[in-house]
Amino acid sequence: MKFPFSFILIVIFLGLGFSTQAQDLVKGKKIYETRCLACHQADGGGVPNMNAPLDGASNVVSNDIARLVRIVKNGYNERVALDGFYYSNAMTANPDLTDADIANVLSYIRTSWSNKGTKITAAEVKTAKTKK
Amino acid sequence: MKNLKTILAFVLVAITATAHAQNNAGLKLPEGFKATLFADTIGSARHIAISKNGILFAKLSRPDKQGRTIIRLEDENKDGVSDKKTGWANYGGTGIFLRGNVLYASSNEAVFKYQLDSKDEVLNPFSPVTIVSGLIDRRQHESKSITLDGKGNVYVNIGAYSNACQEKDRMPGSKGMMPCPILDSAGGIWKFDGQKENQVYGDGKRYATGLRNVVGLDWNTQTNSLFVTQHGRDQLNSFYPTLYTDAQNAELPAETMYEIKEGDNAGWPYVYFDPYQKKKIVSPEYGGDGKKEGGENAIDPTVFFPAHMAPNALLFYTGNQFPEKYKNGAFIAFHGSWNRAPLPQEGYFVAFVPFKAGKPNGPWEIFANGFSGLTGDEKVKNPRNAKARPCGLAQGPDGSLYVSDDNKGSIFKITYSK
Repeated sequence: MKFPFSFILIVIFLGLGFSTQAQDLVKGKKIYETRCLACHQADGGGVPNMNAPLDGASNVVSNDIARLVRIVKNGYNERVALDGFYYSNAMTANPDLTDADIANVLSYIRTSWSNKGTKITAAEVKTAKTKK
Repeated sequence: MKNLKTILAFVLVAITATAHAQNNAGLKLPEGFKATLFADTIGSARHIAISKNGILFAKLSRPDKQGRTIIRLEDENKDGVSDKKTGWANYGGTGIFLRGNVLYASSNEAVFKYQLDSKDEVLNPFSPVTIVSGLIDRRQHESKSITLDGKGNVYVNIGAYSNACQEKDRMPGSKGMMPCPILDSAGGIWKFDGQKENQVYGDGKRYATGLRNVVGLDWNTQTNSLFVTQHGRDQLNSFYPTLYTDAQNAELPAETMYEIKEGDNAGWPYVYFDPYQKKKIVSPEYGGDGKKEGGENAIDPTVFFPAHMAPNALLFYTGNQFPEKYKNGAFIAFHGSWNRAPLPQEGYFVAFVPFKAGKPNGPWEIFANGFSGLTGDEKVKNPRNAKARPCGLAQGPDGSLYVSDDNKGSIFKITYSK
């Protein structure tokens, strides 16, 4: 049973790739628990009328990455209209999070609970920041 | 065949009704009490009021499918379940109060009144009298709860549009503003003359200040004074992790009930009430460290409860149906917490505090539980899992207690018989 060297390399790279991705989600979850969970709750369900849900929210899994990055970084102090409901509480800004942190926490949120969104990379966060 | 169907339908309705009656609409109550599901899915039912004919009016926080925000419920066959539903108005809000043939209702920025006829049908659904308008609604703590005293004055809660009056709301490290400018126009109870029309802020009086957000309030006819229940501040651990652990935040600060005299100050945002030290403690946004006492000029709570449970309604029971212990005591509807996470949530029940001669006369207790729909002693982990969230209370003419739920729009009717 012999595999060509290149094949083994591919397997190793793939493995590394997957484990870094898994690592990123673990880091994202950690950030979620310390910064987001108090309001958005462990199940991402939010609080009716007060704190917007992240689970099952159309905005959260949408392709408007720039908007998500902006909200995480700058917070949000307007009335939230989401999927037919309104939410009242102001959201805290997170100016100290790095691009990688933001990518990790958004990736966690976009792929957790019932969410089936795509993951986001630090490079995408960086690009998103230049957009208005 | 058609007959058989009709019979089957009747049997089914009868079985469902019996099941509801037997399980007390899912509520856990003290011995001798029973509950029926008076109404269901009527919309986001905030506060409720009942006429002397037993007609129930509910204020919705947003329009129902027919676009209505005041719902009138009647139980024509007197089986404990409403069988006639009508409604009107198109503005969301919380407050509703009935005195004689006048129905008071609030949006998030105004208070209106409607005239009812002898059958409690509204006479001017599209042209209410505006008592006051232009009250502050900046999203947060926007509910304008209302009650009346014996002289026709209307007391309106104007909640603070902030958590702790920081320069930047809910931003870690942002300092508390000194003095807190919010208190000029919010964070207190305002008093207006219920007979005057089209009033603005200046026509009213700031009756009490230093109240972050009062959703429950009632005029106590024994003491002839206003009582309120305040929602305490959030997120001590999120913003001050070196001073407060998650477990401490889950228990701090207490939710509080105050007896209010004109001119009183309850201390928000400068202090909060710590239920363990039983003291007013300086808020960390104002230099507090979790121990430093403050609020020398602020009043103390009449009763205090576990943190974050959100007391959304207060009702002094003046009926004769319930046992003697309940007479003149206070029922409090706890909407249920969210800011105890990551610890399990609390509340989602109706509590009772016995009163004697206008003062609390014993510890508070859970009166009606099980609104969340979870089985046994299971706690609500995430607020959206709670089936019903108690929000309003009203006493029927026969002394029954009604509880509204603003999640699924249920109205529970609680009765007692020996």
